[in-house]
Parts: sequence; structure tokens; C-alpha cells
Amino acid sequence: MQKPNSYRSGPDEAGRFGAYGGRFAAETLMPLILDLERAYRAAQADPGFQSEFEDYLQHYAGRPSPLYFAERLTAHFGGAKIYFKRDELNHTGSHKINNCLGQILLARRMGKTRIIAETGAGQHGVAAATVSALFGLPCVVYMGEVDVERQQPNVFRMKLLGSEVVPVGSGSRTLKDALNEALRDWVTNVEDTFYIIGTVAGPHPYPELVRDFQSVIGREAREQIIQAEGRLPDTLVACIGGGSNAMGLFHPFLDDEGIEIYGVEAAGHGIDTGQHAASITGGRPGVLHGNKTYLLQDDDGQITEAHSISAGLDYPGIGPEHAWLSDMGRVNYVSATDAEALAAFQLCSRLEGIIPALEPAHALAHVAKIAPYLPTEHIIVMNMCGRGDKDIFTVAKALGIEI
Amino acid sequence: MKGGTARIDARFAKLRAEGRAGLVTYVMSGDPDLATSASILAGLPAAGADVIELGMAFTDPMADGPSIQVAGLRALKAGISLKGTLAMARRFRQNDQETPVILMGYYNPIHAFGVEPFLAAAGEAGVDGLIIVDLPPEEDDELCLPALRAGLSFIRLATPTTDDGRLPAVLANTSGFVYYVSYTGITGAGSADAEAVGAAVARIRRHSDLPVAVGFGIRTPARAAAIAAAADAVVVGTAFTDAVRDSLDDDGRAGPGTVEAVLALVRSLADGVRGAARGSAS
Repeated sequence: MQKPNSYRSGPDEAGRFGAYGGRFAAETLMPLILDLERAYRAAQADPGFQSEFEDYLQHYAGRPSPLYFAERLTAHFGGAKIYFKRDELNHTGSHKINNCLGQILLARRMGKTRIIAETGAGQHGVAAATVSALFGLPCVVYMGEVDVERQQPNVFRMKLLGSEVVPVGSGSRTLKDALNEALRDWVTNVEDTFYIIGTVAGPHPYPELVRDFQSVIGREAREQIIQAEGRLPDTLVACIGGGSNAMGLFHPFLDDEGIEIYGVEAAGHGIDTGQHAASITGGRPGVLHGNKTYLLQDDDGQITEAHSISAGLDYPGIGPEHAWLSDMGRVNYVSATDAEALAAFQLCSRLEGIIPALEPAHALAHVAKIAPYLPTEHIIVMNMCGRGDKDIFTVAKALGIEI
Repeated sequence: MKGGTARIDARFAKLRAEGRAGLVTYVMSGDPDLATSASILAGLPAAGADVIELGMAFTDPMADGPSIQVAGLRALKAGISLKGTLAMARRFRQNDQETPVILMGYYNPIHAFGVEPFLAAAGEAGVDGLIIVDLPPEEDDELCLPALRAGLSFIRLATPTTDDGRLPAVLANTSGFVYYVSYTGITGAGSADAEAVGAAVARIRRHSDLPVAVGFGIRTPARAAAIAAAADAVVVGTAFTDAVRDSLDDDGRAGPGTVEAVLALVRSLADGVRGAARGSAS
């Protein structure tokens, strides 16, 4: 494959990143998707939109999030310097608020009066419920029954924020089924409804606009690391479910070719067990939820169930731009198991006083694998994309502790 | 007789000659099991089906309501695959050279099969056309254009949201007939006003000479008759997956009446369609 002049110029007019992406949507939705693209282009060209977005990021979400030198973990591993981009300190406790603020401002510009969203771990659902409350719009969040069960605190949070949470009992009853159900709602309520997709997936232009709204993470990290160290980092690490926090961190650095980039997928019980959520490591290209990308599927093209201890990574696909970056060899896609993430979760809590979400605990598990073998002047920036309060019940259960 | 688009065209020419609208029946391939499904399929033409849509099961049918979702899962559990569906079509074709068979479903199983091998196998099995819900004209290079080159029809869905500006793009590479989805929503959910359907059909006819079949929300002979008065064909699907579901025993297996339950419903809907007063039919 030919190396592009820039890794940051995609997607093309058809919404493709190489062979991936596109608009694989039902005809009922196509006029809406094209409308959304027009509205997004107009918003991009409007300085007023950008300044309104930045104003909410600063005064409502609490940006910029700090870039923090994790000194004790660095000493513990005895190698590379480890920095956390502290997106878990955002309002609502994860990076998801960045994207939700961007999308709801777009929804308002388009005159939409009803919000729908899908959620896995509940972090995106909470963020969507939060911005809906902020702007006084009714919001319906679709969530798989399995996830409703394992993320009770977030379910209650969404209800407190005034949203309706609809448990989805079809299929594997997790994130992919929540997405199906949200699409079914959208196809039914085309006139008034805006669908806030939570990750860099779905039909074009969603992968692009979610990436753009999340790229504030990488832009800040760039400035902050130069301020702290006087130079760019050597390595970036982020966890990947659909891949929005990772794309947000990676994108502003993609053309700095000296920087090694790692996306960490969820290996569940292990890639060879078949019970995992690692679409790139253990899947192959296909079409689902509006885009062509790597998917977990059987020989007949039926989507197989993903597994991860982390509800936010428990998805059988990945954003199409990641699929392309993997094929191009620009980003390395690796994986961490449930057990490795659990160990990292505990280590980070004890050594840094930061209880990470199970999702970035996967990223930290990979940092744990590479940091000890890197020189002490090597700089790693890892996206701490969510806080772990929501996960304490899952972790307690995994550790055999009753609370 | 030639297959593919030619077989579909011949069927609509025959309907025009008879001065009536057609009945298009959607059944899920492999539901509730492969043998029962094959019997249903074989019985459809005699029961009054003019065109058959054979559903290709998929784990994640984003545009379908609960009845067709569950029918697909029953079929997958019973062991259906895309290869199995093609075999089902081939067996049907051995005994019926005239009834068009259209495969309907989602793109991923075809993508996994491989587009060219799939088109070759579909043509060889006597399949005449494809309706792929998640392939809009924006993605015509994927399957639509290769299918047309292979002599198969690619039947497009037009919906209430497809405005006049977009209709030409939707109709550009369509052949066989146009499938008008009569309301915005998932299969089996609502029901459209016959007058609105008439206006929509007239709108499509301003852009195309192709026959217009209308579906979504039609489940009774009376509704079928009302829509048949305005369209070239009436599509029914969820009513049949409901009939299969209602005929199953407590263990979810086909009962003695499963095949007849579906075929009896086809007969009553065909009566409704054939008894319809025809207005402005082309």
C-alpha cells in the first residue's frame, strides 16, 4: 500500500479511509445522513460554532484536562516516563463529554428536538444525558440488558439526568445491540431526532466528526508535553473499543512519524479462546452499523459476540479510520486481557491514587508491558480516558469480594 | 425462460396482461427449520405469491422489527447460512421456472462470501434479484454494479424521506421493480395511509417506468386490497414471520400446521390483492 502524504487528510468525499468507512445505511436514513454532513460542513466553516464549542469545553466540561506525570508508576516500572492525559477528570468522568457537546450543538443548529444515543459502559449515555439536560432536550438512551446489569450506577445517573434508559434484550444484549436499536429508533423518528453516536464509527460523517470533536485531547496533550518536557513524546497509548478516545489522542500526532502509537484492544479471556473484543487482532473486514471495518464474525458473515470485562470495549467492531491506520502500519494494534487490565486497575489505584476505568486499565496494561524495557528518557503519553467509580462492582466481583 | 431481470420483467408483464396487482411474499430462509422453510417456499406460487423475497438471515438486522429479527435468529439456530439459502433457492427453481426469487437482507454475509463468487452462485441457483437494505446508491460499486453486470436485478428501496432531488439517484441503477417503503420505521411496526401511498407511487412513476411494489405495514387482505388499488404489487413479510412464530410448539419447533398457516395467509392475501379495484395502474 502506498504511503499517503498525510495520515490526517481522510476521509475522502465518499467517507472512506482507504477501503474502510463509507455510508452503508438504509435509504430512510440516507437523506438525514447527507443533511448531517451538510450541517457539519457549515458548522466547521462557522467560527461562531467553534468558539461556542470551546466555551462549553472550558467552562462546562472543565478543559483543558491536565497532563500528569505518573511518578510512582514510572519508578515502579523502572523505565520510560509515564504521563497520563487526565480525561477522566472531565465533567461526567470520561472523554465522552467532548463529543457529546459537539454533537448537541450541531443538533441545535439543525433544529432537532429529540436526542437518542447508545451506550455500553454507560459513559457515553451519561454524557449524552448530561448535554440533553443542559439544553433541555428529551433523551432516550439504548443500553444492552447485560450492560444495564453491570453498570447500575450509570443507569441511575442517566435517569437522574432526566433521560429514559431503554434496556435492549435482542441479540447479545450488549453495545452492538444497543446500536441496532438506536438505529431502529432513528429510522422511525427521522424528522425530529438527532442520533448522538458515541464513537468514531457509524456511517460517514460520524467517524470524522466524532474524531474532530475528540481531537481536543491530542491537541492539548501536544502543547502540554512540550511545556513539560520541551519535546514531543516517543510513544502514545490508548485503549480501543470503537476507538474515540484513541483517535482523539492519536490524530494530532499521526504525521509525527517518529512517534510510536499503540491502540490496545480488549483480549477478554485471551484471543485464542475466542472470547474477546479485539476486532483488528482477531477479526476481519466486513460491514456493520453503517461502515466497512474490521469485525468479529464467523465464516458466514454473522457477527459474533464480543467479550470483555470492560463494557465500554465490549463491541465487535472498531472505527474505520483505525482499520485503515492498522493496514497502513501507522498505528500498532495490540491487546490486553481481562486479567491484565484488572492487575493494572489495582496497581494504578494503589500507586497513583487514581482509580481508572476498566477501559484505560487496558491501556495501562500495555504500558506495563513496554515501559520497563524502555530507557528512562523515553516519554509515554497514555490516555486516562475514564474514571473507575462505575466499575468498582465489576472489579469486586472479579476479585471475589462482596461489597 | 431467461432468469434474472428478464424473469422479473416477464412476471410484471403477465400481471399487467391480467390487469391486476401482484403479491410479493417475504419469507425468512431457514425459518423455523430448513425442511419446513423449503416446504413453505415450494408452496408459495400455488398459494398466490407472484414474486418471492427470500430473507437472508443476519445477526444484526438494523432495519427490521422484532418479528423478522427473531425469525432470522430461529433460522440461524436451525443452521441456515448464505450457502444454505442459495441451496434453498436452487431447489425451488428446479420445480418453478417462472416465479421470480429475490434475495433480501444485509450486505455483510455477501461480503464474507465474496461478491463475485456470490453472484455466480446466485445466478446458478436461479436467483433473479437482490434487495440489500444497507447498500444505498452511494455504495453502488460494492454490489449493485457487479450484480447488474451479472444479469441480476438490484431492487432499491425508496422511502418517504427519499425526496424528488434524490429519487433519480435511487432509481438510476434499479431494475426489476422499485420497492416503496410506505412509512419511516422498521418492518412490522406501522401502517401507511392508502391515499399517501397512492401519491407516493404517482411520484415514483413520474421518475421511472418500473413497476412499483409497496411494502411495510401490510398484513390483512383488506389492507392488501387497498394498497393493490394504487400499486403494481403489494409486499407482505412480517405477517408471515408472525404466522410461523404462532405455529411453533412449546419447544419452538415447527408444528404440524406451520406450512399451512403460512400458505393459508398467502391465499387470503392473494384473494385481497386479486379482488382489488384497479385505478390508475400502469
